[in-house]
This record gives sequence, C-alpha cells and structure tokens, in this order.
Amino acid sequence: MAEGAGKPRILKGRHLLGVAELSIDEITALLDLAEEYASLARRRDRKLNTLRGHTHINLFFEPSTRTQSSFELAGKRLGADVMNMSVKTSSVTKGETLLDTAQTLNAMRPDLLVIRHQHSGAAELLAQKMSCAVINAGDGWHEHPTQALLDALTIRRHRGKLENVTVTICGDIRHSRVARSNILLLTRMGARVRIVGPGPLLPPNAERLGVEVYHRMEPALEGADVVMMLRLQKERMDGAYIPSEREYYRFWGLNEERLKLAKENAIVMHPGPMNRGLEIDSSIADGPRSVIREQVEMGVAVRMAVLDALARNLETEAAA
Amino acid sequence: MSGHGNGGTRALLNARLIDPASGLNATGGVIIEDGRIAAIGPEVTAETARARGIPEEAIEDCAGLWLVPGLVDMRVFTGEPGHEYRETLASAAEAAAAGGVTTIIVMPDTEPPIDDAALVDFILRRARATAKVRVHPMAAITQKLEGRLMSEVGLLKEAGAVALTDGRRAVASSRVFARAMAYARDFGMPVVQHVEDAELAGGGVMHNGEVSARLGLPGIPRQAELIALERDLRLVEMTGAHYHAAQISCAESVDIIRRAKERGLPVSCGVSISHLLLNEHDIGAYRTFFKLSPPLRTEEDRAALVTGVAEGVIDVIVSSHDPQSADTKRLPFAEAAFGAIGVETLLSAALSLAHGGAVDTLRLFEALTVAPARLLGLDTGVLKPGAPADITLIDPHRSWRVTEDALHSRSRNTPFENRVFEGRAVRTIVAGETVFDYDAAG
Repeated sequence: MAEGAGKPRILKGRHLLGVAELSIDEITALLDLAEEYASLARRRDRKLNTLRGHTHINLFFEPSTRTQSSFELAGKRLGADVMNMSVKTSSVTKGETLLDTAQTLNAMRPDLLVIRHQHSGAAELLAQKMSCAVINAGDGWHEHPTQALLDALTIRRHRGKLENVTVTICGDIRHSRVARSNILLLTRMGARVRIVGPGPLLPPNAERLGVEVYHRMEPALEGADVVMMLRLQKERMDGAYIPSEREYYRFWGLNEERLKLAKENAIVMHPGPMNRGLEIDSSIADGPRSVIREQVEMGVAVRMAVLDALARNLETEAAA
Repeated sequence: MSGHGNGGTRALLNARLIDPASGLNATGGVIIEDGRIAAIGPEVTAETARARGIPEEAIEDCAGLWLVPGLVDMRVFTGEPGHEYRETLASAAEAAAAGGVTTIIVMPDTEPPIDDAALVDFILRRARATAKVRVHPMAAITQKLEGRLMSEVGLLKEAGAVALTDGRRAVASSRVFARAMAYARDFGMPVVQHVEDAELAGGGVMHNGEVSARLGLPGIPRQAELIALERDLRLVEMTGAHYHAAQISCAESVDIIRRAKERGLPVSCGVSISHLLLNEHDIGAYRTFFKLSPPLRTEEDRAALVTGVAEGVIDVIVSSHDPQSADTKRLPFAEAAFGAIGVETLLSAALSLAHGGAVDTLRLFEALTVAPARLLGLDTGVLKPGAPADITLIDPHRSWRVTEDALHSRSRNTPFENRVFEGRAVRTIVAGETVFDYDAAG
C-alpha cells in the first residue's frame, strides 16, 4: 500500500473501458509511465511491490494467449496476486449470465479485473456491477484500449511524437476493436489516420470517425509513417465479406512493392497473431521495418502502467 | 472475306452518318486506317480520300446507306462452355455480325459458370480464336451463381470481365447482394441484376393477368419485379455501387428508375427488344418461343417501355439472346425453358421503332451503341477519329423475312419467325475488317 500512496493520480476514472474516455493528458501520462516500466523491464531485477496485496483477475470469455499472458505478466511484475479465469473452466458455460459472474467475482473482492468478451459493451456492463477497477481487454468490435496504448507507445518511441504522424490502418476495420481504439487514440493525439480495406470490411460512415478512407492500398500507403496491418479473421474470408484469400492478398496484402510507397523509414505494425502470406508477407513481418516484437514488449509495459494507475485510484478511494 | 479491302486504309463515302455520342446525323464519309477511324464527317469526300493517298478501289460510295457505330449487345447467352450444341461463341458472333452487332457481352451462365479468372481468360481466348465480333464476358457476382458467396471481383476484372451478374438469376439475399455491391464498388465494376423476386415469381411461367387466367398458366406478378427493383435501389443507396437492371418489363419499373435517377443514384437499366415489340397476347396458343424471363407483359407495359427508351430513362436495348434447343422448347409451355434468340434481329426490330416514329433515330442508336459501351467502359460505340472502326452499314428500307434459313444462330427459338422487317444491316465491320456482307452472302 505504501508504495501506491502519494504517487500522482494519472487516470480520472475508476475503470479503463475505452480510449474514448481518455483525455490527451491521461494518455500522455500513461505512455510516460509505461515508458518507465519499459526501461525497467529490460533490467535483470524487475519484480516490484507496487501491487503487493492486490488481487488481479483475468476473466477471458474469448481465448487470447497473448493478451492474457501480457496482463498476467504485468500484474506479476508489479507484485499482484494474479488469477486467470477462462470461459472453459468457469461456470459461464453452465449458463450463468455475465452479471451473475460479476456478482460472484465481486464477492471475492478483487482489486483489478481484466475482462475480454466477444460482445461489445460487455466490459461496460460488468463495470456497473463491480466495486473494483475494470480493465477492458477487448469487447466485441468495440474497444481494446491497452492495444491502442501499446501501439501509440511503439509509434512514439520510433517517431518521438504522435502529432502529425501519418498512420495507415489496413484491413478489416469494421470488425476490429484494435482499429477503433487506435483511431480514437491517434486522432485525439493529433496523428493523421487513414483507413483502407475492401468496402464490406469498412465501417459505415467511416469518414465521420475523423479518418481518411481509402479503398485501395496504394494511395493509402503513399507517404505513410506507420503501416498498421490488422488480422483478417478466417470467418470473414471465403466469400462472405471478401471472395477469397488469394484475392485479399492480391489487393490488400502488404508486400515489399506496396511498402515502398510508404516513407523510407516507415514502421510496420501488427497486433498479432499474423496470417503470413495473407495480410502480410513474411519478409516484411520479419524484416527490418517490422516493430511487431517491440509491440509485444510494449504491451507488458503499458499494462503495468494501466494496472498501476488504476490501483493508485483505489488507494485514494480507500483513503478518502 | 468479302473483297471490300483488307482492313487497311479505305474510305466509305456518301453515307448518312449517325453518331449518337456526338449528335452527328448528316451525309458524309469515314476514313479507316489500321482498324481505327482516321477521319469522319460531312467534309470527308472523295477528294479527302485521294489526298490521303487512298487508292480508288478502296474508295466506296455508300449511296445514302446509314453508317452507324457497330451495335453493342450487352446481354447475350451462349452455350460455350458446356452447351455448345445450343450456341458457341463463334456461332453467336456469326449471328451478331449478320445483325450489325460488333460487340457482344456474354453472360456467365455457362457450364461451368464464369466465376473464376481462368474462365474469363478462356472465354477471351476462345473468342479471339473463333469469334468474328468483339466478345467481352460478364462474370458471376457469386460463386457458381449460387447467390451465397461473392466471386473474386478484382481478379475477374483484371482478367477482363466488364461487369458482374448472376445472369438469369437474381441475387436473392439482401445481405449477400449488399456486401457484393460494396465490394464491387471498390473496383468500379457495374453490378447487373436480373430483377426478380424469385420467391414471388416462383412457379410462374408468364405474366400474371387475364391471358394467364385464360390459358390456365401460373403467372409471374409484376410485383416480383417491382419489389426486387425497389429493394435493389435501397442497397444502391447503402453501398454506392453502380447498379444496372438487366431488363425491366413493367411500366412502373420505368417510373422507379426515373425517380432513382432524379435522386442521383448511380443506376441504369436495360430492356430487351422483345419487350419493346411484343406483349402477352403474342403467346397465343402456348407458343414457347414467347416464354421469356421477365415475361412479356401487357400492351400498356410495352408502350411504357418504348416511351422509357424514347425519353432515355431506359438506357440500353439488348437482345437478351438466349439460344434454346428443341429439347428445352418443344415441351408443354410450363415445362419449356425461358428465352429467345435475338442478336441477329435486334437491329431490324429496333428500326421498326424508328420507322414508326416511336423513338428518335439518334436516341435509338444511342441505346444500341454508345450507352452500353460507356456503361461497361468500352471505347467502342462511337464514330470519332481514333475510335475502333466498328461500323455497321444499314439499308433502312431493305425488307427481309425472318426464316430459320436466314438466321445464323445454332438455335431456332426466335419470336419473330416469318415476320417481315423493314431495314437491316448490309455490312458489318469490326476493327476495319468486313465480317459480314449481306449482298456478298447472297
């Protein structure tokens, strides 16, 4: 407890449900703190006591090895007691509703609850019933705030800033919470955001999101600082939203030739897991401009910062 | 082929030049060089030709024949691949040439259906090797024309498909169609729809009305077309795709299209020549050659369609050439296949609309040439320097009788059998080459 008290408050809210609720100052402060944790993580002795005595539950209704282990590692490095609940082992499969689960968990008095759910708005609903801090680790097509924060941190480390950086987000924008959170965060921080993808995979009235909308890769990549590829879900392929894998790769896949249209020092990002040879060529994913592994590293740092920031608010509440 | 030059330089003079794209309708000449139009206009005379060094034997006096851009027929079914006994690309092209049609757009309803870039390539290669007119394929909107999963629009376009259609079938699912339209829009591909609610039309074999009641045949209500058309236009609003109703058959459809155009939607439509000349009464005693899809409707509908063409609400006139053999047509009416041949009679039948004064000559030829060409992004259908020399010479008053022997299609299912038409193509030129000469053919 001692370590948390007295540190400056970073987030106004009790939860982190989406980027939409974050101000420029909050985002900047979170990124600054994450930056500290990133350098700390590169040291040998990186176990902290910041969250000692805190219970951190990961409640994952959708399987996600990366995000779950990233949150788990972040909690453990900060000294929290971390518990993973996945849908297969929980009573949700026995017909319990989300709110029943929330009440059960609430009775266990956790401090931090990380939730991943297949439906948009699930994190919001859960937060209404929980007395602890709730962190949205992805809800349906809606938001994935820690992904957007880790992407922003990665970009900032390479460009030194976010303002006026041109970011092209490519692929299935419509069904992507990663895209939605990134658009919100990057536009708020003054970046120029372009989105590109086939018509059926773009959201309706996309231009109202404050982005430039493209239907073809070439003009969208022209002069970009950052190329952010999204994962194409298998269920979107084979004719339902797009005709086939080979057509998607032909017109929307990132290959060396297309990447040449972006700035010479442009970086390539992907939230993972990648479909190599579908949305991105292996030579690019593993090439010098790829920062995909750095994104994973920044993921842990950002999640540490978020857990820390929300825990500080709990201290303040307890003190009040 | 016919002794009118070798495709090199030549001049056609003293013709009535009709070019709807420029509004030209005057006596003059055309000079053809290397398969393209080098000069055209009232000022092109024998002196012009000689000054360009064209030898006397390559200078021809057309003696007032009409000289129009070769016709572009954007709805032609063939049987290649899969049903070559009904029609091949070569036989369809033969019929087209004889009818003054220099470009045919072939439908993907073949066996297998044209839903793959390799099949588009097959059609184009077969056409180059065997067909005497230009052939462009439309490709399937959905895989196997099943209306479920969209086809590879981008790859199909790269291979040379000019538009997307499921041919004789409508895409029934609104969801599938909306996504396909949103996707096609990215590639600038027109989506061509057979406008029919298959559920409502289901089991019907002719227009649902007095005649079907008398004949005791199940009808296809006009609402099958109207509902489908109205729905499709809502999806156009949603997606912004270029939508083309392949053929409309009802008076109300003309109004629906008119209003959609007034609202600025990217919409166009076609009508078949049969629907402009015939009505439900022509079915007579269960004559299956008049069994069409959409069905021939009432006289009021027919008249409204003609007005729609005259006013330009209906953009394009097509033959909807659909060869069927005896085994699919010599059956009880309800069991017979839909469809009629028509690519060879398209021009002559259309001329009757101009002769009767129902449609202005320039407007008529616009609907037969430049309108479909522009819609599909083709550079044909116009008479201007630099354009491909695809030209049809018409004797507007030469009368001829439609007989089995007179037609070049492999199939015989014409609704105009024994009709005497006034006016026909007497010479058809594709890329400067004469591909049909009526008098040389005898």
